[in-house]
Amino acid sequence: MSGGALELGEIKIDRERCKGCELCVHFCPKDCIVMDESYNSRGYRPAIPISWAGTSRPGPTDGKCTGCAICARICPDIAIEVWR
Amino acid sequence: MAARKLMKGNEAICHGAVAGGCDAFFGYPITPQNEIPEKMSVLMPANGGIFVQAESEVSAINMVYGAASAGKRAMTSSSSPGISLKQEGISYIAASELPCVMVNVQRGGPGLGNTQPGQADYFQTIKGGGHGDYKVLTLAPWSVQECYEFMPLAFDLADKYLNPAAILMDAILGQMMEAVDLHGDFHYPKYDKPWAVTGAKGREHNIINSLWIDVNVMEALNERLQAKYRAAQRDEIRCAEYLTEDAELVLVAYGSPARICRTVIDLAREDGLKAGLLRPITLYPFPVPRIAELARNGARFLTVEMSCGQMVEDVKLAVNGATDVSFYGRSGGAVPTPVEILDKVRESFGKPQLCVASKDRRSA
Amino acid sequence: MQKVFERPKSLTDLDFSYCPGCAHSIVHRMIAETIDELEIVGDTVGICPVGCAVFMYDYMTCDMIEAAHGRAPAVATGLKRMLPDMIVWTYQGDGDLASIGAAEIIHAAARGENISVIFINNATYGMTGGQMAPTTLLGQRSTTCPTGRDAVVNGYPIRVCEMLATLDGPSYIERVAPTSAAGLVKTKKAIKRSFENQIAGRGFALVEILCNCPTQWKMTPIESLKWVDENMVPIFPLGVFVDK
Repeated sequence: MSGGALELGEIKIDRERCKGCELCVHFCPKDCIVMDESYNSRGYRPAIPISWAGTSRPGPTDGKCTGCAICARICPDIAIEVWR
Repeated sequence: MAARKLMKGNEAICHGAVAGGCDAFFGYPITPQNEIPEKMSVLMPANGGIFVQAESEVSAINMVYGAASAGKRAMTSSSSPGISLKQEGISYIAASELPCVMVNVQRGGPGLGNTQPGQADYFQTIKGGGHGDYKVLTLAPWSVQECYEFMPLAFDLADKYLNPAAILMDAILGQMMEAVDLHGDFHYPKYDKPWAVTGAKGREHNIINSLWIDVNVMEALNERLQAKYRAAQRDEIRCAEYLTEDAELVLVAYGSPARICRTVIDLAREDGLKAGLLRPITLYPFPVPRIAELARNGARFLTVEMSCGQMVEDVKLAVNGATDVSFYGRSGGAVPTPVEILDKVRESFGKPQLCVASKDRRSA
Repeated sequence: MQKVFERPKSLTDLDFSYCPGCAHSIVHRMIAETIDELEIVGDTVGICPVGCAVFMYDYMTCDMIEAAHGRAPAVATGLKRMLPDMIVWTYQGDGDLASIGAAEIIHAAARGENISVIFINNATYGMTGGQMAPTTLLGQRSTTCPTGRDAVVNGYPIRVCEMLATLDGPSYIERVAPTSAAGLVKTKKAIKRSFENQIAGRGFALVEILCNCPTQWKMTPIESLKWVDENMVPIFPLGVFVDK
C-alpha cells in the first residue's frame, strides 16, 4: 500500500458488488467518492474513489480519506474495504 | 413397572407420549381434548420435557416446527377446528422433512360444530389438509389402551420417515374411561438427526427450509416425499380383522364406530349372517392390499363412519369395482347405534329391517 | 496501514439480492458482526421471515430456519425451549411481525421468551409490490391505499415498541434508525445489546429498526433515508422503551 505522508486512510471498492446506490457518496464526510461513468457487468455504474476518476488504475483517495469507514458501514453490499 | 389404571383416552395419549420420548408439547384448549394439554402441563415438566400453552393452534404448530428443527420429539393436539388452523404448519413440516406427532380428537362439524364425536376430518388429516402433495402417517386407536400404545409408534414413524404422524381419534375415545396397562415396554430405535439446527460447530450450517425457487429442486423434493409414502405403503400397513375369513359382507370402520361394528358383527352372526369387520389401524397407509384381496374373494363392503362418507372413498379405490361398497354414516356429532348398522347389514343380505329408519334424524 | 473494515465472517460470500440502497443487508451485516464479536456462530440459530429477507438463510453461515409468515416468534419459542443455550434470533419485517404475526410477537414478548427479535420497519410490503403495511403512515401511498392511508378506511399505524413495552415480559426494547453515521452506531449497539441480553438470560429483547424501501417508495436511496428521518421518526420515535 502506498501512502503519501498526508494520507490517513484508503478504501477499495469492489466494482462488481457495487449497485450504484450512491449512499457512500453522500455519507463520506470528505467527498472522497464519486460515481463512475462506465458500467459494471450487472449494469450498475459503481462508486469509485475520487482519485480514480478519469484514470484506469487504482490509487489513493487524493489524500482526503481519513479511514473513518462510514462509507463501508452504510454500503448495503459490503463493497468497500477500508485501511487506516 | 406394569400398572393398570382407569383413565380417559385423552390421558392415555399423554402417558403414551411420555413413553414415546416426547420432548415437548405445544397446544391450545379446545373441547373435547382439553385433558391432553392439562395432563401434559404436569407430565412434561415431571419428565424433563417442555409444555407451552400457545396463543393459538397456529402458534402451537409453529412451535412444533421450531422444536422439531432442533431434532426433538415434539407434539401438539387439538380437535377439528383447531386442526384446520394447523394446516399451513403441517404442510411446512412435511415439506421441510421434519418429524412431529399430532393428535386430532375429532368433533362434530363442519364450522364450529359441537363437542360430540365425529370422523369428518379423515380427508383433512390424512390427505394433506394443507396445500401441496404430502400425506400424514395416521393411526386410529379404538381403545384407551391403543391410545397409549400408538403414541410411541407415532413418534417412531415420524422419526423414521421424517414426516408428520397423526393419531386420529374422536370425542368418545377421548372422554371414555378404560383400564390401561402402562407397561412402558416399548423398543423403538433411536434416530440420529444430523440435519437438526443445533449450532454449526465443526460442520457446515444446516438450514430448515421449504422454499425452492428452482422448479427442478422443488420437483425433486416432491419425488423424495412420494418415495417415502411408497415405502410406508409397503412396510407400515396395520389393520385388525374380526371374523373376516368367511365373511360375505365386511364392515370397514375405525375408532369408536369400529367398536360398535364389533357388536354388530356378533348380532349379525347370531342371525346367521356372515359378516366380518376390518378395522384399519393405519389409515395412511391404508390397508389397500388386504381389502383388494377380500374383494377378489367375493366379499362386499359396508363402510361405517361418523361422517357423510370419507374413508368409504378409499375403500372403493381399494375394491376397484370388483364388488359392492355401501356406506352408513351419521354426522354432526351423532353416533350410530348397533341396531341402525345391523339394519344396513340385514339390507345387504336381503333381510327385512328391524326398525324403520327415520329420514328426519332430529325426530328419531 | 491496517485494515479497519472488512466483510464479517458470519456472512457467506453470496452477493445480496436486495435493491440498491436497501438497508436490509446493512442490518444483516451488523447481525453477522455481532455474531463474530460474540463468537457464537456455532451456538446461534436465526429464523428468517417471509418478505424480502426470505433468503436470509443463504447469507448467514450459522444454522437458519425459514419460518412461515409471521410465525417466527413461535418457531423461536419451540427452538429456544428445546435448546436453551442456543442464541435464537428472529428477523422480521413489518407485515411479518405486526400483521399476520401480531399474536405471535405479543405472546412471545408476554412470555418473556429469551430470544432476540430484529424488527425491520419500512412501512411497506416490499417483496409483494408495495402494499400497505401495519406501519404505513397516514397519508402515505401504497398499492392498496393509492390515495394515501386514510384513518377512516385503513386505521392507524401500529407502534410496536410502545405496544410491547406495556408487557412485563420484555427486558429490552429500542427503536433505532441507521440513517446517519450516529444512527449506524446506535443500530449496531442495539442489535448487539439484544444478543447480550439473551446470553445473560434477561429475557425477550426487540430492536425495531426504521429502514427504507427505495423501490416501493419510488425514491433514490439517499432520498429514502431522508424520508425515514423526516417522516417515520416523528411517528415512530427513536429511543429505549424498556431496559431492565
